[in-house]
Amino acid sequence: MLVLIGVLLVVVGFAIRLNPLIVVTVAGIVTALLGGMNPAQILDSFGTGFASSRSVTIFVAVLPVVGIIEFFGLQEQAKTLIGRLAKLTAGRVLIGYLAVRQITAAVGLTSIGGHAQTVRPLVFPMAEGAALRRYGHVPEKISEKIKGHAAGADNVGVFFGEDVFVAVGSILLITTFVDTTYHLHLEPLQLALWAIPSAIAAFLIHGFRLLRLDKQLDKEYREFELTAALETAGEAK
Amino acid sequence: MINVEAVYWLVGILFVAWASLIAADTNHPRRWGSAAFWGLLGLCFFYSTWVQAGTAPAWILGVAVLVLVVLASTGLLGHGKHRTSTGPERESYAKRFGNKLFIPALTLPLVTVILVLAAPVLSIGGTPLLDPKNTTLVALAIGAVAAVVVALLILKPKNPATPLFESRRILESIGWAALLPQMLTTLGILFTKAGVGTAVGTLASGLLPKGSLIAGVLVYCIGMFLFTVLMGNGFAAFPIMTAAIGWPVLVQGFHGDPAIIFAIGMLAGFCGTLCTPMAANFNLVPSALLEMKNKYGVITAQVGTAIPLLAVNIALMYFLAFH
Repeated sequence: MLVLIGVLLVVVGFAIRLNPLIVVTVAGIVTALLGGMNPAQILDSFGTGFASSRSVTIFVAVLPVVGIIEFFGLQEQAKTLIGRLAKLTAGRVLIGYLAVRQITAAVGLTSIGGHAQTVRPLVFPMAEGAALRRYGHVPEKISEKIKGHAAGADNVGVFFGEDVFVAVGSILLITTFVDTTYHLHLEPLQLALWAIPSAIAAFLIHGFRLLRLDKQLDKEYREFELTAALETAGEAK
Repeated sequence: MINVEAVYWLVGILFVAWASLIAADTNHPRRWGSAAFWGLLGLCFFYSTWVQAGTAPAWILGVAVLVLVVLASTGLLGHGKHRTSTGPERESYAKRFGNKLFIPALTLPLVTVILVLAAPVLSIGGTPLLDPKNTTLVALAIGAVAAVVVALLILKPKNPATPLFESRRILESIGWAALLPQMLTTLGILFTKAGVGTAVGTLASGLLPKGSLIAGVLVYCIGMFLFTVLMGNGFAAFPIMTAAIGWPVLVQGFHGDPAIIFAIGMLAGFCGTLCTPMAANFNLVPSALLEMKNKYGVITAQVGTAIPLLAVNIALMYFLAFH
């Protein structure tokens, strides 16, 4: 039970907003010491942990292409393109992306999108472009909200789409673990099938929230205009 | 065969290249600290090849990783000022190139997907062309290189190193968050080795009142959710919660359908992934990448979906898995 102190350190560290790198490193060292590891083993673990997890950092390989197309105005072009489509709002753009992301993930094409590949260069500028057309100006608060939801649509789409595909990591983890531990013979297809109800629920819940996002943004923009108007009135006096 | 290690070397070379650009930038406020951080990170990517193969001692890499943490958290890592295109310049470029700008952006996913789909039949003299264990990663890297080439051909920048300069700008805005996902994986490994999982499992089964089906479903699903929040991914939580509750209580005790229980249990964990800074690659790296003021803005946007979805998963398991 003593090792749970490490978990507590993580929770407290994140809660008081210390630098996460420090929090994670210190919690790791403390937990390992409480678990009876010696310093040499701990250093070894930091080394092997880094070496075996390099795949999560591969996204930096797409930064060069994102960099050059942004330099030549990709975000601006994405905004212009969306601005011409009068019916599109930020929420509707994101629902469209959520649907595409979830369906492609469900047939195994998770690598088609991602935060570096699609959200930063395309999805966020398009959603912001739709807001720009609607309000004529996008205050920072609204832009922040759109950014959060653009990344959120990507995550929800992938998480609750990929499990419908039979050959994905989480499905294989379940079958390998339960088949070897409990001598079952679960078919990946059965598991994938039972992921479908949750996938539909995820789309409905998140889609509904994205529709409401437009109303929230409308409200925030009205508040923003009101404060701006009050400030100008104040200056006029 | 194009091995996944080749991809890691490409990433390592990029880090070293960005570090050299920073070292050459005399106006950089944290010139040497930043160059050291990104350069050392690149070298770690090379050295890891031998650690992974078991031919080099891992503790040296461990020391290097701790040095990276110190560099990043003592303010020695900083942001440079970058000369990039201005707003009006970008507007005029966008007018000039129009929708052609989307071609490189679409080349990346297109090449990646085609390679992933074609991988099983791509082979030279019987050896597969792409590492069969890591097809997606290798395909993504090839897609990224192809997209840069296409971008250079279409946009014809004055300086062919533009992709490198411009990506350094994005990298520096991500900053230390780029290292965080790997550090969290390490933390997960240390937690598992130290027995955090077993302790949580004991705790969860201790909370469970005997003989109640709804309580069993609740503790399993909420346990998956909370444990995933703590560990940052459902993969670590699944074996623990399943050994503590999913198998002995729900399958053996209440004769539930194992496929439904385990499939939905994992998805209850995914709801946790939406709510935790420990899943840095999904929740903190994007907020850095999008240059958000609030680091936790992505999580804030997701919590409202995660909680109702957890409730739906609990209901689905309760009503579908037990007949």
